[in-house]
Amino acid sequence: MEAFKETLLSSFIVFENQLNGQKKSELHKLRQKAFEAFEKYGFPTRKDEDWKYTNLKPIIKHDYKIFHPKEQKLQLDEARKYFLSETDTYRIVFVDGYYASWLSLTTHHQYDICTFSALINRYPEIADEYVGKLINHGDSFTALNTAFAREGAYIFVPDNKIVDKPIEILHFTTPHALPAFQQPRSLLVLGKNSRATVIERHISLSANPVFTNSATEVFLHTGAILDHYKIQTDHYEASLIDNTVYQLQGYSVLNLTTASLGGKFVRNNPIVKLIESMAEAHLWGLTKIDSSELADHHTSIEHIAPHCQSNELYKGIFGGRSTGIFNGKVYVAPHAQKTNAFQQNNNIVLSDKATVNTKPQLEIFANDVKCSHGCTVGQMDENAMFYLRQRGIAADKARALLLLAFAGEIVDKIQLPELRQYVKRIFNQKNHIDFDFDL
Amino acid sequence: MLKIKNLHVSVDDTPILKGISLEIKKGEIHAIMGPNGSGKSTLSNVIAGKEDYQITQGTIEFEGKDLLELSAEERAHLGIFLSFQYPVEIPGVSVTNFIKTAINENRKAKGLEPMPAKELLKLIRERMELLNMDKSFLSRSLNEGFSGGEKKRNEIFQLSMLQPKLAILDETDSGLDIDALRIVAKGVNTLRTPENAFLIITHYQRLLEYIVPDFVHVLYNGKIVKTGSKDLALALEEKGYDWIKEEVAI
Repeated sequence: MEAFKETLLSSFIVFENQLNGQKKSELHKLRQKAFEAFEKYGFPTRKDEDWKYTNLKPIIKHDYKIFHPKEQKLQLDEARKYFLSETDTYRIVFVDGYYASWLSLTTHHQYDICTFSALINRYPEIADEYVGKLINHGDSFTALNTAFAREGAYIFVPDNKIVDKPIEILHFTTPHALPAFQQPRSLLVLGKNSRATVIERHISLSANPVFTNSATEVFLHTGAILDHYKIQTDHYEASLIDNTVYQLQGYSVLNLTTASLGGKFVRNNPIVKLIESMAEAHLWGLTKIDSSELADHHTSIEHIAPHCQSNELYKGIFGGRSTGIFNGKVYVAPHAQKTNAFQQNNNIVLSDKATVNTKPQLEIFANDVKCSHGCTVGQMDENAMFYLRQRGIAADKARALLLLAFAGEIVDKIQLPELRQYVKRIFNQKNHIDFDFDL
Repeated sequence: MLKIKNLHVSVDDTPILKGISLEIKKGEIHAIMGPNGSGKSTLSNVIAGKEDYQITQGTIEFEGKDLLELSAEERAHLGIFLSFQYPVEIPGVSVTNFIKTAINENRKAKGLEPMPAKELLKLIRERMELLNMDKSFLSRSLNEGFSGGEKKRNEIFQLSMLQPKLAILDETDSGLDIDALRIVAKGVNTLRTPENAFLIITHYQRLLEYIVPDFVHVLYNGKIVKTGSKDLALALEEKGYDWIKEEVAI
């Protein structure tokens, strides 16, 4: 563990030397500050309350390669099977941390759908206005990401514009001899009354361990609407830590759907700051993991302004020796009256060896609010199983049908039909069943 | 068709059925009546293959096959259907998709191709008409938010779609008003053929006014203590179960 930290510390000096001309920029001052924070805090351990149930050791024990050579190894033919659509989306694609123009469909017409490096080079004033403004350097992983921030997605939608197609952000890691470490850094800015749909995926094509430490800042100006999908279906040697901070101004709406359907280790830290009245955030999560996979949803909703609404529903299904964690923090500031906050976490444990840790964490300092929370951890309903089997439906199919029905409440929140079908297909594949109908 | 011999069943080491013998031939309708707690539902669950019962003695054969060796779905594939006393609510699965899955799983077990969609729809339409069911049923989630009567009617609808050889109706009459009861009975009478059989489990003889049984058995304290014709059901309705209990005590 310390070895990896040492590698990172020495890599930072190398990284700084590559940044010709950027050293005096605001961004670079931020990087240095963040780096000092990481140097001071290091990686969290299970003694930290926020990492009590999430053991990082198996992830950071590897000696990851920090810098990758810029190779154009991934061909369109191979990449396209991961695309939601060939033509009907904007696409920002990265291969081994570098922007892959030959796989991407970007635009600067009406709105900017491009890269973080383009932001730094072409729009430094926007970078100075937004980058690092929401990130908390007290968190080691976000600090580490900021220190090395170089590439990722950049989306800027001006006031009153609606992005006409969904935007896909894809991060590929190609096969390497050594374990690979990726740190994408993204910025999304939605102007007043604008609207966008963003789908984010990390795809490892390597059989070796891949560790991604992603950080994203999202600004929703007054009346903006963002549909954000994070589809996590990576393979067994891939790990992901995702820190995304959203700032919502008045009347803006965030719909965040996170589907964690695979990966050795997935940690999601969505932080939602409701800073003006009438903003609303909806967070939906579906987890289905097996073997010794781990999925951790640490959500944090900050009701800073009065008259805001938040709504969280996370559902999980855990097989094998898998581990599930849900920690739902809801903070209501003293003057955030008339807050409406709802939180629910439901889990099904399929095996004796799977573990679920679920914890609501409510910190309410206002007195005229409606906050509710609830969690359940249960097993398959044996009466329902008998009912289906009595009708001639084999046990494995009956189980898959009941699990799909359980997941349906979340899957149905996916507004894009192709994406909804895709998630259902992956979900059913995980249950080894293919249904010939759409529930 | 169904041969039960000296069946003893326990739940958590408590004996519930204490030596049941019963034979049902094709074309017959049998009724099992008995007071609460006599073991009626245990008997229907054990025939249908619900786990968590200990069979301590005895055999159940269906068309010469040892049922106790088979899983619930295998028994269903042989043509055994249980209309549940408390049908389970399954949110997110529509009645149509459920019945389609059930029919095709049964066909698969018999080595048949899935039923063509057109044929399936035609059969669904016919059966719904038979049971005076509204089309809106089909797109609703299975049993979710159904009234007691709707749930029971949905059970009979499934029975009519799957066309089993032996249908066990476990307290199908409870929670039904008189009109729903007549519709259910009409459905059962229409589905009756010389080749299939019905086992009707009930507390009251009400349903037996509309579905006339060939045999009535009285189950009391885990045993069949009396067997007779449909007149026995009438006698029970008039006199209650106390005289049976007294007879058994003697």
